[in-house]
Amino acid sequence: MTASPGLAPLEPAARDALAELLLSVADDEFVIGFWDSEWTGIAPMLEEDVATSSIAQDEIGHAKALYELLAELTDDDPDRIAFGREVADYRHAALLNHARGDWAFSVARRYLYETADAVRLTALASSAHSGLAALAGKMRREETYHMLHADAWVRRLADGEARDRFVAALLALWADAQDVFAPLEAGDRLVGEGWLPQPMSELHAAWVARVRPILEPIVGDLAALDPSPDGRRRRTDDFAWLHGEFTRVSGSEEGALW
Amino acid sequence: MIAARPEREERVWAELAQIPDPEIPAISVVDLGVIGGVAFEDDRLHVTLLPTFVGCPAIDVMRHEITERLGALDLAGSVVVDVTFDPPWTSDRISQHGRERLRRSGFAPPAPMPSGPVGLIGIDDLVTMPDAVCPYCGSRDTTLENPFGPTLCRAIYHCAACRQPFEQFKRV
Repeated sequence: MTASPGLAPLEPAARDALAELLLSVADDEFVIGFWDSEWTGIAPMLEEDVATSSIAQDEIGHAKALYELLAELTDDDPDRIAFGREVADYRHAALLNHARGDWAFSVARRYLYETADAVRLTALASSAHSGLAALAGKMRREETYHMLHADAWVRRLADGEARDRFVAALLALWADAQDVFAPLEAGDRLVGEGWLPQPMSELHAAWVARVRPILEPIVGDLAALDPSPDGRRRRTDDFAWLHGEFTRVSGSEEGALW
Repeated sequence: MIAARPEREERVWAELAQIPDPEIPAISVVDLGVIGGVAFEDDRLHVTLLPTFVGCPAIDVMRHEITERLGALDLAGSVVVDVTFDPPWTSDRISQHGRERLRRSGFAPPAPMPSGPVGLIGIDDLVTMPDAVCPYCGSRDTTLENPFGPTLCRAIYHCAACRQPFEQFKRV
């Protein structure tokens, strides 16, 4: 992928800051993409089989482009970053630690993630890092379709028998959903450089203001929670299982191409 | 008034116009609008490629095909394909000729993008998603069956007039 032309090489602290931001977004897209792909072949209806598979392909494609940007910055290999880390070294938000659950659980998670991702991408599209801004702008156009899909399913599950499952899933995920906006260690620096155009706390507030009016008529009052400082470091057995799945091919033979 | 392209570049564009899109071979990469530009620099021929979708698996196929085909023209020492998202590819980049080719192959061309800056579509805008014109009978009495189709860039519709399912190249 194309670098940011004319950008001088960064000093180590600046490079680490940018790397932390890129890795957080890339890991979110990568992990939700693999959870989505768990529905391929077994979604409740054929249309959803196609939809979740297509969305998974989008998300993993976004992760690939972000890992490539990161690898260029840190002189690394995108495949190594994607598949060559231990469970504890992934930096996705706690929201993405959970196994896919039932369909209502997946829809609830997808809605919470898509709305948060939309707020984040809108901000990143005006990042001072031109390569990241261009990629975020392009990703945002595609994510429109994911939003459309998530919105449609929230409407469908808000009534009838599915409602109880959907409400239970939303309540179970609400706390961890805040962690898409968990503070980054280099947060001040990222905002100072304009790479992250707004602090995570502002993005978090914008997201809460967006989802509350949609969700509260369905689930009732939602607790006002802050993202937790370790929101991108907590890992679960569910994720350890998924990690075993997605590293199975790369781990079977070092340097294998597929 | 547009200055005539140098002959060397003209040959490059003519060759690119013969390279089909790997996923919808009815349309060339030029008509699809994924070629951002062509430039000779020193002994290298640079081609800018704008992916339709970030995760499009056809990117590497296109890159390979472009490198091979243009390399065979022997116009430069090497061919470099630069993939970029700046400017982003949008479905408005598909040429009129390309739209007609899509229609004749059973694909509804994408509706034009709304003018002005394109943000995320809000929940209230969903009902205003443009319907597609049936590529078989020309009817507008069509419904979106699934915004996701067999590839990232295709959606599935149904025509109530001729009862034919068809695909639309997504507006993006």
